[in-house]
Amino acid sequence: MNQILDFLVLHSPALVVAIPLLGAFLTVLVSKIGNRVRNIFVIIISALTSIFALLLSYDVFTNGIRIYVFGGSYNPGETMIRILFEIDGINAFMLIIAAILPFVAIIYSWAFMNEQTGLDKYYTLILLITAGMLGMMMTGDMFNFFVFLEITSIASAALIAFWTNKGNAVAAGFKYIVISAIGALFVLLAIALLYGQYDALNMAILANNIQFGLLDKMALVLILAALAMKAGIVPMHMWLPDAYGRAPSSVTVVLIGTTLASLYGVFRVIFTIYGNHIMTSLRTIGEFILTPGLTIGILIIALAVLTIIVGVFMAIKQSDFKRMIAFAAVAEIGYIFLAIGAAFSTFYANPETGAATLTHSGEIALKGGIFHILNDALDVSLLFLVAGAIYFTAKTTSLNKLGGLARNMKYTSVFFLIGLLAVSGLPPMNGFASKLMIYQSTYQVNPILAIVAILCSILLLATFVKVLHSAFLGPKISNLENIKEVPRSMLIAMGIIACLIIFIGLFPNLVVETVVTPAANALKNASQYIAMITGGF
Amino acid sequence: MIYQIPFIAVALLVLIGLYAVVFKRNLIKIVIGITIIESGVNLFLITLGYREGSIAPIYHGTEEAIRSLPVPQALTLTSIVIGVAVLALMLSFIVYIYRHYNTLDVRKIVGGDEE
Repeated sequence: MNQILDFLVLHSPALVVAIPLLGAFLTVLVSKIGNRVRNIFVIIISALTSIFALLLSYDVFTNGIRIYVFGGSYNPGETMIRILFEIDGINAFMLIIAAILPFVAIIYSWAFMNEQTGLDKYYTLILLITAGMLGMMMTGDMFNFFVFLEITSIASAALIAFWTNKGNAVAAGFKYIVISAIGALFVLLAIALLYGQYDALNMAILANNIQFGLLDKMALVLILAALAMKAGIVPMHMWLPDAYGRAPSSVTVVLIGTTLASLYGVFRVIFTIYGNHIMTSLRTIGEFILTPGLTIGILIIALAVLTIIVGVFMAIKQSDFKRMIAFAAVAEIGYIFLAIGAAFSTFYANPETGAATLTHSGEIALKGGIFHILNDALDVSLLFLVAGAIYFTAKTTSLNKLGGLARNMKYTSVFFLIGLLAVSGLPPMNGFASKLMIYQSTYQVNPILAIVAILCSILLLATFVKVLHSAFLGPKISNLENIKEVPRSMLIAMGIIACLIIFIGLFPNLVVETVVTPAANALKNASQYIAMITGGF
Repeated sequence: MIYQIPFIAVALLVLIGLYAVVFKRNLIKIVIGITIIESGVNLFLITLGYREGSIAPIYHGTEEAIRSLPVPQALTLTSIVIGVAVLALMLSFIVYIYRHYNTLDVRKIVGGDEE
């Protein structure tokens, strides 16, 4: 028994991608048997994927970095043109998110999508996104990253436009695929620039060899612009509210995962591939000593503050619940970026060893930012699932047409309340724990940042209290008198996320110590990640 | 100079494609722009793989010659395949958009987008 488990854990990096990929195409066949069989099959496939992903991340947290080479063995240091997966702390952390979200979305879909046609393709695409997302989060090869990025983009675009009877859903899908296609081509161009110089596609080998010359800087700009576009940073966020708002709610939950996978790509590029140079090289302009880390940090902070402010203010003025949450999701991504930028700006070259070091507040900022990735994924997903539940019963998410829902939908109202408190960072929910770390550390960098962050959190609270008041409270609306509570599968899906939110909110230290700290250590010290491939230096 | 021409072509193709995506208002032209960018990137990859005087990496038996590494070609093939999938998806979206709005003009589609 133990041997089988060891064997499965050994091959889990391959299985995590292979199971959903195989399941995706089997789904079309299985759905010939019957709808119920298909639903159960998809849930089993998704559960297996999640179990292997969690096993793998548990293994990484206990035993350190894992390398999985496809089609052969490897010896550190030798030239290698093989695809390999390399999983360190931050990958393992992202795997947890990718394990939760698609599973919840598929459980939710059982009732939510029940009366739709074309569900075999729907489930195929969801499983394909899962495979692509997990691949992006594990791969150690730049070109492989591009391929998985494209798999996720194509599948997500097709799912955003799943309700093809609505013109604006198709338009949102088209917008998304245009953005993704251009973004992915930029990534490919950057990969080609790097490959042309260093003859390598492996992230660790690239990170080891990189010189930070002009072409490298061009590649950095191209990759950062493309991935920031996919992550929805503000000047490039316009696709996100459309895509999140028009897609079915269960799809939106998976889309949040793909957005966060792109965000992970940003981290991997700036912290690992370029990390050593960005953090330690110095440039003097006149009398100022300017580190690229500080420059990029300030740039990221500026974009992040813009993202938060635009996201929150656009959320306030929306009258459609789903678009409102979508803009809130933009703001939440801004919080993650704010923390990462704050951490980046405090990097300094240690005068004794020359290695990049973080100040204490920078370290808290980094942990807070990473912690907030998990919390953002859970909070925003819960709100979207609630919005989907409202759409399921009332057939609309426009706040002008809703009212008094709490009288008939008591569980959904409770879940909404949990999501509201979590997303606006109130105790005892998980959003409070990570946002407190972000406020605390950005205050050390610059007090104005913390003030903006807190004010915008309060505005988010105001936005969602408005929803609570106009949709859930108040008198019954005549045409909504006979609505019922949503079916059990949707309640279970929302319940899973709500339980996780409360659990993380009650025991933040446990989560920070077990999963967030290894992830932060992996980001700020990439040398181990590099040395696993290149054989030490 | 002659060896720079492919790189200049790459830059031109990418810029022309970006111009089409940003400034053209017809959806089909936007899609054409994206495929032009893609051709540029593919040309770049192929150009990187070229070594003067090298032969294809197939074992011929006797001759001693430089063999070019086939990785860029493999990357290009993958990229072309992905490009076809993206192109097909975009065009099918355009079919649906045309059915809903009876136009391919970006401005009118955005105008009809507000509910």
